[in-house]
Amino acid sequence: MNATSRLLGGAALISLVTTVVLGLGLPPTVEQGQYVKFIAIHPPLAWAAYLSFGVTAVASILYLVPRTRHRRWDHIAGASAEVGVVFTALTLVTGSIWGRPTWGVWWVWDARLTLTALMLFLFLGYLALRRVAGDPDTRARRSAVAAILAVLVVPIDHFAVQWWRTLHQGQSLTMTPQKNLDGNYIAVMLLGFLAMTLVYAWLTLQRYWVEELEDEVGDQGLQNALAERRAEAGAGAGVR
Amino acid sequence: MLRDAALVAGKDLRIEARSRVASNQVAPFAVLVLLLFAFALDPDRGVLARTAPGLFWVAVLFSGLLAVQRSFSLESADNARDGLRLSGLDPAGIFLGKAGAIVVQMLALEVILAGFVTLMYGRHLHGPAILIITCVAATAGMAASGTLYGVLAAGLRVRETLLPLLLLPVVAPVLLAATRASESALDGAGSEAWPWVRLLGVFAVIYVTFGILAFGPLLEEA
Repeated sequence: MNATSRLLGGAALISLVTTVVLGLGLPPTVEQGQYVKFIAIHPPLAWAAYLSFGVTAVASILYLVPRTRHRRWDHIAGASAEVGVVFTALTLVTGSIWGRPTWGVWWVWDARLTLTALMLFLFLGYLALRRVAGDPDTRARRSAVAAILAVLVVPIDHFAVQWWRTLHQGQSLTMTPQKNLDGNYIAVMLLGFLAMTLVYAWLTLQRYWVEELEDEVGDQGLQNALAERRAEAGAGAGVR
Repeated sequence: MLRDAALVAGKDLRIEARSRVASNQVAPFAVLVLLLFAFALDPDRGVLARTAPGLFWVAVLFSGLLAVQRSFSLESADNARDGLRLSGLDPAGIFLGKAGAIVVQMLALEVILAGFVTLMYGRHLHGPAILIITCVAATAGMAASGTLYGVLAAGLRVRETLLPLLLLPVVAPVLLAATRASESALDGAGSEAWPWVRLLGVFAVIYVTFGILAFGPLLEEA
């Protein structure tokens, strides 16, 4: 287990550092100037956010299907959603930092931005539900249903915000400037995708282990408490 | 299933008719929200009339949240939820019944609020057919998703604070679609409203289907 983590962590670190170095070394373009360098991290962050919610959805379904039901899937779903919320927030933050000099505003009500913001809140709600204490199996089933409900709404949100921004004023912005970018930018972006995927996998693995350990501590605590009560009862009987 | 649904809906509506919580608390709250919008947005510059559809649906959404919470707090008193579980009623029927009762209450509320918007915001109602279809589809979607999240959060100690966080992002597309559909109808551009109405329909169908399938297991755990 530790070897996997070290290998994954090492690969994530190396690819991330390479992405940062190469990304910062990208030449400025005429339209976007220095800010084109965001291409190395912003789209990869967004990809990792979508990936994490996809993993949460699949793990939740696997938990609900009786044949594959295992506590492991619940832990993976929770770990992935937590990391996903961080990536979504980072996507919005890096997008804003890029948007301010490029569009002149921190935020525009573009379809994709709105969808990402909605997703952030959907999964914040999911995480809040997960934190409610209770029987682990009940909690796991409740969380799995909530995750599927949250994921169900994403395609509807997608159409809603798409129409919202196109029916009324036409697609206001295109956020894919890749058309007129040469291969260097694309190569660094692809490297960024790899790096963020590895970072996502490593972080999720760490969170997954913590969830497993928390579960174990919970079970152990219960066993200890039971043993103590039994000892007390035994001692009480001896005195009498 | 439908007979069970009618039984449950009848029970909920009878409770509301006798306790008058919906008519004496939820409805005045919704009107109050519309009144507060007038203070927040300058009523003299036509902002209210222009944004009337959006404000209307925000008020409906907030009162819908109260209706959902009310619908499940009814079941928490005297362990009524255990009674419901043991009653032998089809869980899908219970889901449809509870959602149906919420739909009836909210539709009544929407009539009151529409009257308020016409009178106080100075927005005249056009395209009644589209408006009615929009109201029915949007309300069905809200009630179905609300009932699902209601039972999900029922029995939790933090349900009052958790339910809005869970439900509001999910019904965000309903707010968006219902607002655009009513706006198009009021502007006399009925053809623009149909894609939104269809979206509302899809939302309602998805959540009603999911509710019929998932309500039983969720009720067992609540």
